[in-house]
Amino acid sequence: MNGESAIDVRGMTKRFGDRMVVDHVDLDVRAGEIFGFLGPNGSGKTTFLRMLCGLLRADEGRGTCLGHDVINESEAIKREAGYMTQRFSFWEDLSIEENLDFVARMYDVKNRRQTVRESLKQLGLTERKDQLAGHLSGGWKQRLALAACLIHKPRLLLLDEPTAGVDPKARRDFWDEIHHLAGEGLTVLVTTHYMDEAERCHRLAYISRGKLLTHGTVADVIARERLTTWAVSGPDLPNLTAQLRERPGVEQTVAFGNSMHVSGDDAVALKQAIAPFRANNYEWHQVESELEDVFIHLMDKSPDTSSS
Amino acid sequence: MKKWHRFSIARFRAMLVKEFIQMRRDRLTFGMMVGIPLLQLVLFGYAINADPKHLPAAVILADHGPEGRTLLSSLQNSGYYNLVRQVKTEVEGHDLLARGQVQFVVNIPENFSRDFVRGDRPELLVEADATDPGTTGNAIGSLSTALNMALQNDLKGPLESLAVNNGPIDLRVHSLYNPEAITQYNIVPGLMGVVLTLTMILVTGLAITRERERGTMENLLSMPTRPIEVLIGKLVPYILVGYIQVGLILFAARFLFHVPMFGSLALLLTAAAVFIIANLAVGITFSTIATNQLQAMQMTFFFFLPSLLLSGFAFPFRGMPGWAQMIGQVLPLTHFVRIVRGVLLKGNGVGSIGLELWPIALFAAVAMFVAMKRYRQTLD
Repeated sequence: MNGESAIDVRGMTKRFGDRMVVDHVDLDVRAGEIFGFLGPNGSGKTTFLRMLCGLLRADEGRGTCLGHDVINESEAIKREAGYMTQRFSFWEDLSIEENLDFVARMYDVKNRRQTVRESLKQLGLTERKDQLAGHLSGGWKQRLALAACLIHKPRLLLLDEPTAGVDPKARRDFWDEIHHLAGEGLTVLVTTHYMDEAERCHRLAYISRGKLLTHGTVADVIARERLTTWAVSGPDLPNLTAQLRERPGVEQTVAFGNSMHVSGDDAVALKQAIAPFRANNYEWHQVESELEDVFIHLMDKSPDTSSS
Repeated sequence: MKKWHRFSIARFRAMLVKEFIQMRRDRLTFGMMVGIPLLQLVLFGYAINADPKHLPAAVILADHGPEGRTLLSSLQNSGYYNLVRQVKTEVEGHDLLARGQVQFVVNIPENFSRDFVRGDRPELLVEADATDPGTTGNAIGSLSTALNMALQNDLKGPLESLAVNNGPIDLRVHSLYNPEAITQYNIVPGLMGVVLTLTMILVTGLAITRERERGTMENLLSMPTRPIEVLIGKLVPYILVGYIQVGLILFAARFLFHVPMFGSLALLLTAAAVFIIANLAVGITFSTIATNQLQAMQMTFFFFLPSLLLSGFAFPFRGMPGWAQMIGQVLPLTHFVRIVRGVLLKGNGVGSIGLELWPIALFAAVAMFVAMKRYRQTLD
């Protein structure tokens, strides 16, 4: 990481009719960084990515992506960026090799045949190269998509929920690969719903209803919200939840299996709120707020997070 | 368990409600379900006429006697002939027939009146462009009746003796280009255009909507491509397919139906390229408008139906009212049907083919322009 900006945009805005989908979002992503983009469904993450790579025209905003003007030079950005769509979008009626070859031709890759051959080898799909992409399982499709996005050696990788529907092992391998690539200088902007993935990013941002609510490292984001969290375990937690929610100072309760996190902005008020329940078999102790507590807190604070 | 096997009104109703909701949401399909019958009603009800009248005819008038004039006016009065122009020579007359500008040439030879009065049975020659036997059939059938009726008045008094059994004149009809009135000679060449119209528009109509439906469009657009690269890249393979179809039909025409081939095949293949491109351009345009493959197919049919009915392929072009002919003139198939029939049956050359080719080229250019305008480089 050399501190140079890969993405530096201000006031990016997109409306679909009357609906503000992305609302004046500023974002600064440094070269070689893995930047996580989080937010509920319909919060504008995909739209933001599409604006960056020229798939959607921004209504407002300015800035640069890989040094090119984000509004007027999308052709140049497309050449140097790889975009992996949320839904598998390669040609299912082409074979694995044909897909890679097509993409390589599209980007006018030098030594095309050799590049494709190496890509197949890295994927571990050399033997299955003639198999149709449509016959691959979810995990393999995702690996193929990643390989295809990388074939022209982009400087920026935009990943839209790359691990949705992928098993935990494949997910971990995928992230190892992303870290390996970032180590070689590739900048990665990735959207995700998973907290463990968010924590594997160098920095992250949280977007809700088109607005950027917070950004920074995981520690920054947690610290900034000044959330106090208590963990409680004991009998009949659902009943306890119902009673706690009535109390002032308790902003949210999140169940974690046999225990529950109770959080609030105001540490004193929260302590008073839980005081009556500290006896009878309940075991309380204060914990560090986790990313998930913070995000649920942010989501609750912003009005109506459902996509409309 | 058991009651699940029975027919449930509630489940049936659930299905019914869902189908109606979905039908209402898909406006285009709903529109087509109303639009296609309307279109068919109008076309079949008002445009198509299997008994065409007022067919344009040219006259070679080498004799100015009264009998010749009587005959001509009786032809005009029969309703089948519209004497639109007079020409001097047979060559000129043949040229008009070849170009399809007239359907008939009526030749009244020198000394017609003199020979008629003498009882020498002068010859009246009617040459017909019989490529489509359906167009000329009734008009030719009406000839002898019309002529005899006309001359009955003249055959009173001193000329009454001429009204003998085999008639006072020697009527000769030359059905040019398709003398035996073989329907296949007309249909098979025309079929080339019909097949190309349907398949070319259909395959390209699906080309872009398929990418959109499968989600691959987003991927394609995220790559550094120009619209022209995508569009031309999608068209060229089908030009090849179009030529395979042309080859198949020509082969069948030659060896199965023994359709005569008088003109230059090279000329026909060149004209076919323009026609194929015109249809592909229409397909691509539909492809950029339709949101899914079903809509693209519906649009194809909405274009194909008038093409089939108004082009002169299936029904006589000259039998249609003016408005229908005007629509027909816009459609590429109308001109291509004339080109194929012209080259194969009439042996037409570059001159007369060019007249029919430029409207196709113009149509192709406009359709391509619309496609380029409509093609979105973003997902907006």
